[in-house]
Amino acid sequence: MTGLAFLIPIALFMGLAGLAAFLWSMRSGQYDDMDGAAHRILIDDEEEDA
Amino acid sequence: MNAPAPSLAVPENDAPRGTRFTVPGMRCAGCIAKIERELPKVDGVIAARVNFSAKRVAVEHDASVDEEALAKALQELGFEAQAVSDNPLGLETAERKQLMRALGVAGFGMMNVMLLSVSIWSGAEGATRELFHWLSALIALPVIAYSGRPFFASAWMALKYRRTNMDVPISIGVLLATALSVYETVTGGAHAYFESAVMLLFFLLAGRALDAEMRTRTRAGIGALLGRMGKSASVIDPQGSTRRVAANALEPGMLVQVAAGETLAADGEVESGISTIDNAMLTGESTPEAITEGSIVHAGAINLGDPFRMRLTRTADDTALAEISRLMDEAGQSRSHYVRIADRASRAYAPVVHTLALLAFAGWMIAGAGWYQSLVIAIAVLIITCPCAMGLAVPTAQVVASGALLKRGLLVKDGSALERLAEVDVAMFDKTGTLTLGEPRANVSDLDDTQRSVALALAQVSRHPLSQGLAKALRFDGVEPARLENATEQGGRGVFGLWNGKSVALERPDDDPGILATRLRIGDEIATITFNDLLRADVHETIDGLQSFGIKSSIISGDGVRSVEAVSRQLRIPANAEVSPQGKLAILEKLRADGHKPLMIGDGLNDGPALAAAHASIAPGTASDASQQAADAVFVGEKLMPVALAVRVARRTMAVVRQNFGFAIVYNVLAIPLALFGYVTPLIAAIAMSLSSLVVVANSLRLARSAKEPHQ
Repeated sequence: MTGLAFLIPIALFMGLAGLAAFLWSMRSGQYDDMDGAAHRILIDDEEEDA
Repeated sequence: MNAPAPSLAVPENDAPRGTRFTVPGMRCAGCIAKIERELPKVDGVIAARVNFSAKRVAVEHDASVDEEALAKALQELGFEAQAVSDNPLGLETAERKQLMRALGVAGFGMMNVMLLSVSIWSGAEGATRELFHWLSALIALPVIAYSGRPFFASAWMALKYRRTNMDVPISIGVLLATALSVYETVTGGAHAYFESAVMLLFFLLAGRALDAEMRTRTRAGIGALLGRMGKSASVIDPQGSTRRVAANALEPGMLVQVAAGETLAADGEVESGISTIDNAMLTGESTPEAITEGSIVHAGAINLGDPFRMRLTRTADDTALAEISRLMDEAGQSRSHYVRIADRASRAYAPVVHTLALLAFAGWMIAGAGWYQSLVIAIAVLIITCPCAMGLAVPTAQVVASGALLKRGLLVKDGSALERLAEVDVAMFDKTGTLTLGEPRANVSDLDDTQRSVALALAQVSRHPLSQGLAKALRFDGVEPARLENATEQGGRGVFGLWNGKSVALERPDDDPGILATRLRIGDEIATITFNDLLRADVHETIDGLQSFGIKSSIISGDGVRSVEAVSRQLRIPANAEVSPQGKLAILEKLRADGHKPLMIGDGLNDGPALAAAHASIAPGTASDASQQAADAVFVGEKLMPVALAVRVARRTMAVVRQNFGFAIVYNVLAIPLALFGYVTPLIAAIAMSLSSLVVVANSLRLARSAKEPHQ
């Protein structure tokens, strides 16, 4: 039973960390332009000659 | 876009005014009916029209009522309203973001509460179970308070004014389950339903977020259309000096200097100068249009060539562009009366469920089970029947189907569009740019080899669209260009050069042959090359395909009778020629009045109002911006087949949606007796809820292949 005293806080902390990461990613606008992001990966921004 | 419609309003002394409100709380067709029925009962309000997709209400009222009074009237109907002017774009994105945040929080809560619940189900007892219940309560209560807000707020607004909507039963179910669980936790009971309450919120939020995501993906609003009109113009005073005048201060009769590359701010007639303009905004045709003295030009066109002067005829809200955007805005409102299938289903569903729960409570009380047990059973009925699978049945199917269509080059704007596409029974095609490719293709079969190679050599020199079309056609036939000397282009006249000592030219014909043509001259030899706007390659298959779904096609075009009749005869479908935008609208209205559900396929701005008014509409990717915005779906590429494909996939989507509802009903038929007789524990509720949702999602995923299978 003493294990629970560690495991439950750890589980909750990890869950909260995931939630915080999700909320942060939303606030920083990472889901604002999903289609744009999908296309942006195809843009060649390196202009130098091979 | 906020302007009232003076040409359509009654011209009384006390002219009616138009005010628009955004009403974010509208979620179902009942809300539309409520607003449109109740609002005109307020003194001074003449009419109210709801635009559901934009979550907007347009109110026509006289001067005695002001914005605040109208907002208050809407508030009393149970809707929070904001006048549009102080509510910039982006409210819908804010709402979607709030849904996503609520979904994230609910997901977090669901995972953690489930972790604790699984331990309880596996046999945790005594102090451990009590601790886990308390922990669950600690996590679940804030999560429910936060994630449930979209449902609670909407339900509260409705109840406050003694009305009801779909969020009321959802809120009752969630709140009762939570209250019961808190009671169990405090008294040290065996069953807490925290995970059911949170899971329910999670699934419902997922459905709602999917729906909102689809809705906002491509919406830009008609406001963008007027944004394309020129903002100002250089007016030439009688003294000869020029000054910049803002578009809304322009007046008919003013003389305006249009610089190269400038966008016209008003309609007018060319006074002096020769140029070409890009009219794609109005017509959707990419071919630049040559203009000269006396040509009529419209606001929104871009001057591609030399500067010219124009005399204004219609300005500000009277321009053709403003008129059409107004028509589109009003035509679009009729579509908002459409009742989404999920709303139709839940309207029948909620009363049944509540009656059952009430009967269960009454039944067990009569049987002498006591308050506590009767209440627990009634709540179990509410929890197990909460429309969890139903909340997912429609959005999952529609999101998967629109994803499949996207891969085939067809962008569907929202779920309601798919539902309406599945219902259409007549198709109306515009001709130019829709049935045809909308760009001239040269007819080169009559030329001999010498003529071909000389023509290609000349055509290569020019950037004129006809020359480029000719060069493309000749290169496609594998023609090698001849060697020319001194090949030069003379603007407005043609291309000239020397070939083997003979003078050669590709020039404008002297007499007008009635169709697009150019004249090839080699020495004294003359050949005329005509251009045709070819039909799309798979027009026949598409029309046959639509026919096989029981959809009759016809043509409705603004073009001349002769050219329309030729296409009509070739495709063996009826046609209406020389139809004005208002005429197209009238034909569609008549079809609707006859009980038909027309599908409109068109590209030009002149099709805009018709696209907005039709039961469903599709525009090619080459269409004008306005038409693409008005249409439910946009297809790219030279093929017309996506039109038939869209209808097929839309119908299949509806079939899957109905299957999903079927599953939800079967599930309920099995689960309700268990709940009624008190056999439902939190474990059974959780398993039933996830299973039914999984089945619905899995069934919807079958649609991923629906657009790929070959067409039979």
